Amino acid sequence: MKIHQLSLFLENKPGRLSEPCQALASEGINILTLSLADTQQFGILRIIVRDWEKARDVLSKMGCVVNITEVVATEVEDRPGGLAEILKVIEAGGINIEYMYAFTFRYGDKAVLVFRFNDPDAALKVLQAKGINVIGPVELYERMRS
Amino acid sequence: MGGEFWHDAGCAFHPVSAPDYLPVKQLRQMQLHRLQAMVTRAYDNVPLYRDRMKERGVKPEDIQSLEDIAKLPFTVKTDLRDTYPFGLFASPMNEVVRLHASSGTTGKPIVVAYTKEDLDVWANAMVRCFAACGLDRGDIIQNAYGYGLFTGGLGAHYGAEALGATVIPISGGNTDRQLMIMKDFGVTAICCTPSYFIHIIDHAQKVGVDMKALPLRVGVFGAEPWTEEMRKRVQEETRIEAYDIYGLSEIVGPGVGNECWAHGGLHIFEDHFYPEVVDLNTLEPVPDGEEGELVFTTLSKKAMPMIRYRTRDITSMIAEPCKCGRTIRRISRISRRSDDMFIIRGVNVYPSQIETGLLSVEGTLPHYLIILTGDMGLADIEVQVEVTPEIFSDKIGAMEQLQKKISQAIERIINIRVKVRLVEPNTIQRSEGKAKRVIDKRNK
Amino acid sequence: MPDFKVENRILDEEETMPRAQMRALQLKRLQEVVARVANVPFYKAAFAREGITPEKIKSLDDLRRLPFTTKDDLRQNYPLGFLAVPRKEIARIHGSSGTTGKLTLVAYTREDRETWANLCARFLVGGGLKPEHLVHIAFGYGIFTGGFGLHYGVERVGAAVLPLASGNTARQIMLLQDLAPDVLVCTPSYALNIADYARNNGVEPSTFPLKYGHFGAEPWTEEMRLKIESELGITAFNNYGLSEVIGPGVSGECALQNGMHVQEDHFIVECLDPVTLEPVEDFAYGELVFTTLTKQAMPLLRYRTRDIAALDPRPCGCGRTTTRMSRVKGRSDDMLIIRGVNVFPSQIEEALLQVEGATPHYLIEVDRPGTLDQIAVKVEVLPGIFSDKMSDMQRLRDAIDRRIQAITGIHVKVELVAPQTIERSMGKAKRVVDNRNLNG
Repeated sequence: MKIHQLSLFLENKPGRLSEPCQALASEGINILTLSLADTQQFGILRIIVRDWEKARDVLSKMGCVVNITEVVATEVEDRPGGLAEILKVIEAGGINIEYMYAFTFRYGDKAVLVFRFNDPDAALKVLQAKGINVIGPVELYERMRS
Repeated sequence: MGGEFWHDAGCAFHPVSAPDYLPVKQLRQMQLHRLQAMVTRAYDNVPLYRDRMKERGVKPEDIQSLEDIAKLPFTVKTDLRDTYPFGLFASPMNEVVRLHASSGTTGKPIVVAYTKEDLDVWANAMVRCFAACGLDRGDIIQNAYGYGLFTGGLGAHYGAEALGATVIPISGGNTDRQLMIMKDFGVTAICCTPSYFIHIIDHAQKVGVDMKALPLRVGVFGAEPWTEEMRKRVQEETRIEAYDIYGLSEIVGPGVGNECWAHGGLHIFEDHFYPEVVDLNTLEPVPDGEEGELVFTTLSKKAMPMIRYRTRDITSMIAEPCKCGRTIRRISRISRRSDDMFIIRGVNVYPSQIETGLLSVEGTLPHYLIILTGDMGLADIEVQVEVTPEIFSDKIGAMEQLQKKISQAIERIINIRVKVRLVEPNTIQRSEGKAKRVIDKRNK
Repeated sequence: MPDFKVENRILDEEETMPRAQMRALQLKRLQEVVARVANVPFYKAAFAREGITPEKIKSLDDLRRLPFTTKDDLRQNYPLGFLAVPRKEIARIHGSSGTTGKLTLVAYTREDRETWANLCARFLVGGGLKPEHLVHIAFGYGIFTGGFGLHYGVERVGAAVLPLASGNTARQIMLLQDLAPDVLVCTPSYALNIADYARNNGVEPSTFPLKYGHFGAEPWTEEMRLKIESELGITAFNNYGLSEVIGPGVSGECALQNGMHVQEDHFIVECLDPVTLEPVEDFAYGELVFTTLTKQAMPLLRYRTRDIAALDPRPCGCGRTTTRMSRVKGRSDDMLIIRGVNVFPSQIEEALLQVEGATPHYLIEVDRPGTLDQIAVKVEVLPGIFSDKMSDMQRLRDAIDRRIQAITGIHVKVELVAPQTIERSMGKAKRVVDNRNLNG
């Protein structure tokens, strides 16, 4: 049920973002969603693609430092309080969120969020026990297509 | 020695400076006696010196003239490292009253020792420096050299005390506070690195303190090389007369040499520290006026005598007598080094130390670049380190931790904070031969 | 026989003087100091107001007729309005934290410096120091009196000083191993930090060749002493002092480690109720008030320390006859002592007011997560300053950090919080949450 996310180390200077994106594009790899965290000195680009192994190879070959991390995607009701309910479940389970970001598409009246937990397996258990819909890679890519 | 001469020179004579004006013949005689006693002491108490002299077939009694000093072996920084920590001590621990340390070339510092008499020699040399700068009792000296194992702070401190001045031991940093004390207390002299003083001037301008309105009249600047341009700037923007002071921990600390009012090179207190200038390749003495490496032999130190210590500082001996009347010889200002050491905020740093620190962090590779930035005022060290897959994490916090960890590992060794910048792999240029490790972008 | 942990040695005969003789010495010196300060403007005015003349000091009880001196009085007479000698006789200037950006400055003549060194030598000798020892000093050297008192005290004894100053713990540990010092001098929390850091880096701290430790500049507990002693394998002694009075050396423990001997030939100590300013009973807690008897440059009468402790007048098993003081168990004001540095909340407030984008709504949280004090300052930022760029927020945080460091001399953790999130109170705002357990 976990999704593979690619993280890239980038120096915080002009033009640094476009190079890896260009490289993925020329290999026909579509970026499903991304998040960029910046500090004064450097940034970390996190992306989700369908063929993460191929993307990793492409990026590594061009000299990027790439890291693979397992993240969890969940459905969130697109209404006030939707996110809060999920956060409450996570908090009650004693699990830490390292960071999170969202997919740009909606599915029906639901949004999809990406979570990086300190313990993804424990998080999965807690979320599923409470009936929160966790979206696995296959389903995710299916939805993207539709 | 008549008193009139000093008045002619426009500078009061301080009794402690008497040895500065000894007739040359008498000075040479004193130096020879001291040299003979020191060599005997070193031979008897320090295995390294004894072995080296035996190798060369030299005995202490072979030193019959000052020229015979050329028979003695040289001592270099790695000798201090190889005998770390106490191997060059010539006094037992119960006679040692102080230890200091300075930068080694790798992870370990070098340790230097002082007996009570050594501290007195040091304080005496420092008083002669201050006297040459025209300071005396009644002066209020703000000592902004760093205190601690670095000899700068405590050396100037004990000298200022022995002079009978008021000492404000403010140590380095916190420029607001430095200015506040300077202003509120009517400080007349400051001791610090020249680059830090430039920083104080810049900061004063920023916060609206008029340096020219302060009673500050003397600056004793050292621990790093500086230029006539810097002197000009300091003297234009403040009412200070700026003096250059020279020293190194291996010999005693600050107080080995100092400018007089003539500002025509630095007088060496050669009744305690015997100078030679030698050719970098042949290690033979060069004629006066020619550049070479400065070499010192300590004549009076007990705890840790140094025989022909190679300083790596490049200078030349000045042949002409000085206008001030001092008979002790002068060297020209230090122009450069014969090794890759650089000096930042008064602290000596070797690239090899930074490499040692970096590699002590797991997963790092020796691909790094040292960039010195900032105004000559208060320069910074940035160490660029390539990120490797082993050390990369997708979490900002973890990467910041890594920066901190590398920075601390380096600080542990060089004792100054460095800024670590993580860069993408393969962005630091590899060179065929010796890698270019240091880029000096400081505004000089 | 008392159970001495180290050889019981006493440096000066004044330390064991019969009480009657000590009181006579104190009275003579009190009369002298009152005469010396009669021309200091602050005391001159107070004496005129109260009709005090040096001749009126006939017994030690007359001490109570003399005016108090407070930190505020020192501030109002900044920089050196309390000077009792000509300026050119000042050999040294030190300072301590003021309640605002200005330091409290203190001055020493050559003679004061000698006195100070000797006072430190007394408790160092009482705690086992001998000329053949090497002493590792890990106090900061600088405008604060921290490292200097003990540095000169060690020199006075003839032992060797290793002046490390503070910080760079990894390097401290390397030199503890390589140079094998016998004695460690620092704050008690830093001693524990050295032990922790060593263990975390695979070095067993009890293998350091250290024998003794002299710790001070911050309050600590008996539990901490036991921990330091077992972790580092040393005998740990407590000492006390404050810059206004002279610096470290006002009092210190003997070989019995049972209270700190006040050096009464140089200072008269009183223990008063901080509200009524009446003396409390022996053994009861109150605010310590010191009168300096021998200081030349800046003698102070009845200086209110704000430190809460108790006095024990009984003679000690070590042979000293001087009054002992307990550990300091608290303060009668809001001053914090962080890693040996005095910090006033008003200093933090002053710093915040100087940084654009910050507000004076703040909360100071003090913790001791491991062995070292940590201070976090939560600061509300102005609406509109909250930026979506992490780097802008980092810059603001750094600016606040630098400002606080410039004023207090210590590094704090700054946390930016949204406007209106720090609780407002009606009366005096609660500015400090102290989560440390300092009383065992």
